[in-house]
Amino acid sequence: MNNLIIAGKSYSSRLLVGTGKYKDFTETRLAIESSGAQIITVAIRRTNIGQNPDEPNLLDVLPPSKYTLLPNTAGCYTLDDAVRTLRLARELLDGHRLVKLEVLGDPKTLYPNMIETLKAAEILVKENFDVMVYTSDDPIIARQLEEIGCVAIMPLASLIGSGMGILNPWNLQIIIDNAKIPVLVDAGVGTASDAAIAMELGCDGVLMNTAIAAAQNPVLMASAMRKAVEAGREAFLAGRMARKLYSASPSSPTSGIIASKPPK
Amino acid sequence: MIELTINGQPQQFESALNVQQLIEQLDLQGKRIAIERNGEIVPRSQFSELALVDGDQLEVVVAVGGG
Repeated sequence: MNNLIIAGKSYSSRLLVGTGKYKDFTETRLAIESSGAQIITVAIRRTNIGQNPDEPNLLDVLPPSKYTLLPNTAGCYTLDDAVRTLRLARELLDGHRLVKLEVLGDPKTLYPNMIETLKAAEILVKENFDVMVYTSDDPIIARQLEEIGCVAIMPLASLIGSGMGILNPWNLQIIIDNAKIPVLVDAGVGTASDAAIAMELGCDGVLMNTAIAAAQNPVLMASAMRKAVEAGREAFLAGRMARKLYSASPSSPTSGIIASKPPK
Repeated sequence: MIELTINGQPQQFESALNVQQLIEQLDLQGKRIAIERNGEIVPRSQFSELALVDGDQLEVVVAVGGG
């Protein structure tokens, strides 16, 4: 009941994590284990020809048998590059369909180019990819991505790698309220409370990388994020109390107090 | 002699070869890789059949850490 369903597959963890920026593969593995994540993103890059033939491979450390790999198109600035990258990913991962599409618009902000993203999403859906899509927090664009046939919408909370937290909860709320497919905050989470807030808003999950990898203690932060996502989800399901500005309500009985009456 | 561009770098080969032979020459056999030739995916099942020709542009990729 409380599982995250993406493209028909059920996941007990609602925290998705990236595998970049870690000190080494050991730290990557330990942080990911500590996060409890079941879906992990990977990037697709040119192999080093003629260098370090015995270099360990990421997929040996994080085997597809253990994790659902989510190949991304990080670094792609055109729909053509993004589509080619994911076709390569599908071949690399033996016909794997679940992918993360992102088409970036500028290297300084890494803000997504939504025109190219929409076009790329259309092509990928036609080619039978299950597309989880990185998007701006524009509710209309989010709706269009859903109409195209993406399997999850992943709006930014703030810029990739910025750790600035959730800058526009109101837009996220509109996207969540409108969507019939999972909405995951992707990018911008800085610390555990940010992840909890995203989940309290009703997000179906959170995807992060830098918030864990760039923490002083990534393995401990991964554990904090796991708890924050779980706590935020439970708070959302529980339904928070109404906010009552200037209307305090004591939790203890108001009668039988030995003291004098409060001031009027 | 044929010239192939592999991951953006031109490289010369003494004689014609197929994709499987190229993988062996590059010491990539047994590695988890995917290959694109002139913008089209080369399925693994075609590695031994597909003959490379002078001027082919190849991309050889792996999965790496990323977010």
